[in-house]
Amino acid sequence: MKLSPIFVIAFSALVAAQRGGPPPQEPKAAAPIDLTGYWVSIVSEDWRYRMVTPTKGDYQGVPMTPDAVKIADAWNPEADTAAGNQCKSYGAGAIMRVPGRVHITWDDDRTLKLEADAGTQTRIFRFDKPAGKSEPSWQGDSIAQWETPGGRGGGGGGRGGPNTPRTGALKVVTTNLKAGYLRKNGVPYSENATVTEYFDVVHARNNDTLLVVTTVVDDPKYLRQPFIVSTQFKKQPDAKGWDPTPCSSTW
Amino acid sequence: MFIDLVGLRRGAWALAAVLAMSAPAWAQTELAGSWAARNHEDALERGGGPYAVDYAGLPLNDEGRAKALSYSADQLSMIEHQCGMWPPFYLATGPFGMKIWNETDPVSGTTIAWKIGAWEDKALQTIWMDGRPHPSKNAPHERGGFTTGEWQGTTLVAYTTHIKAGSIRRNGAPNSDEATMTTHFIRHGDLLTVLEIIEDPIYLTEPDIISKNFQPDTNAMSPVGPPCVAGYEGVGEGKVPHYLPGTNPSIDELTKFYGIPREATLGGAETMYPEFRKKIKDKFVRPEKCTQNCGAPAPPPPPAR
Repeated sequence: MKLSPIFVIAFSALVAAQRGGPPPQEPKAAAPIDLTGYWVSIVSEDWRYRMVTPTKGDYQGVPMTPDAVKIADAWNPEADTAAGNQCKSYGAGAIMRVPGRVHITWDDDRTLKLEADAGTQTRIFRFDKPAGKSEPSWQGDSIAQWETPGGRGGGGGGRGGPNTPRTGALKVVTTNLKAGYLRKNGVPYSENATVTEYFDVVHARNNDTLLVVTTVVDDPKYLRQPFIVSTQFKKQPDAKGWDPTPCSSTW
Repeated sequence: MFIDLVGLRRGAWALAAVLAMSAPAWAQTELAGSWAARNHEDALERGGGPYAVDYAGLPLNDEGRAKALSYSADQLSMIEHQCGMWPPFYLATGPFGMKIWNETDPVSGTTIAWKIGAWEDKALQTIWMDGRPHPSKNAPHERGGFTTGEWQGTTLVAYTTHIKAGSIRRNGAPNSDEATMTTHFIRHGDLLTVLEIIEDPIYLTEPDIISKNFQPDTNAMSPVGPPCVAGYEGVGEGKVPHYLPGTNPSIDELTKFYGIPREATLGGAETMYPEFRKKIKDKFVRPEKCTQNCGAPAPPPPPAR
């Protein structure tokens, strides 16, 4: 029996596809976009909630539950500081909205690290599930995956073949959080909140490279519907302006 | 065991054909449908509208700021300015959702254009996908501008020119008729982020970058809207509504209500960046309690006993 070459190729491709194909690349090698480097916040939206500490009771735009309103109405920044909770507005639910710079690097082939100079926070995005349960923290536990055309998830970089331009986004899901604030004036999210983020890189006509982070905070306790915002950053060639500062409850 | 080699070969050909044909579709995303706005950011601006003098975070140059401060909302009653508040940027800066659909070639099925429906005060926008060039710079400028688009991976990137002079923010902060807008439609599952990069060599020192999020709406939206019309503002005949330099009565509203220093409310590129916080830190005075446009629902009444 003689099989045609086309049959052999197609059959092999089918079998390979069923078996998952060649071993997936490590997430670092498979990265469809380059997130590394220094990025500076562009604060063109929600200015009065981000650039200054908003006034008590100013909750415009947040779909808060009545319980959340009660908590926010009782906001006491001095008490937060005294209790060592001055980082409540720098947790994963809010940190990308805090004006500042972020520095993204690969910690290893399967782990991205995002450092924020505002509040001197560090986020770890693992492409693997955590081995065990850790204590809740401001930045929680983040699971990352690449989203690529035709195939989402994992570290394989998706389908597309060698000539397909690499394109895609990073999806990060964060849980195991300490309860924090969506805004510095005490708008709360609970310890059961889930933060889902999409990191997209955009190239502007003026040659700026932009990072767009779309954040969805789900919190049935304090939000009537998912809280959704998108935040822009501009890539910098270097660390200029990098200015780690401690968390503050009042500024 | 009987093996139908002819059938297998046919199947292999079909498989190869399907794989080859499906590749381009991986790089595109379905955008058609009705999309509900999620105005969780800039809620006041996208809802009732911004304060009359709130240019914070807007990279206005001196000329743009001067023109903005001369603006009186009474201009909405002038027929030549009746639509000035609603240029194509309003897709992100306005409150509404959007209906998107594509018009296709009846033979090949390829998309000729994407259409974004009109609202009461925003024009229909057509994103041409057929490779046609933008018209001459001397061609008429229309409310929806002229837009072409291309796919960059799964993102639709549209470029709009031939915009009418109007307002980049709904308080008279201006855009010129030389303004352009690059719009990225970024979809992640049930989440659509629209990113607008607005450039204006006349009134901006660098791009104004804004984004808005949408989610699918099971309620069908109308693709059309009535034309915007001049409002009645009680302006006497022969009067041109405006403020002379130094006379805008709203210049300190944000200072009064939110403690925000005037230099921030007047905008400029530096107000977009983190360093500006240091500049105003000692000038900002946080009021004790929000008194105006505070948002959030009132807690429901206690249950009846």
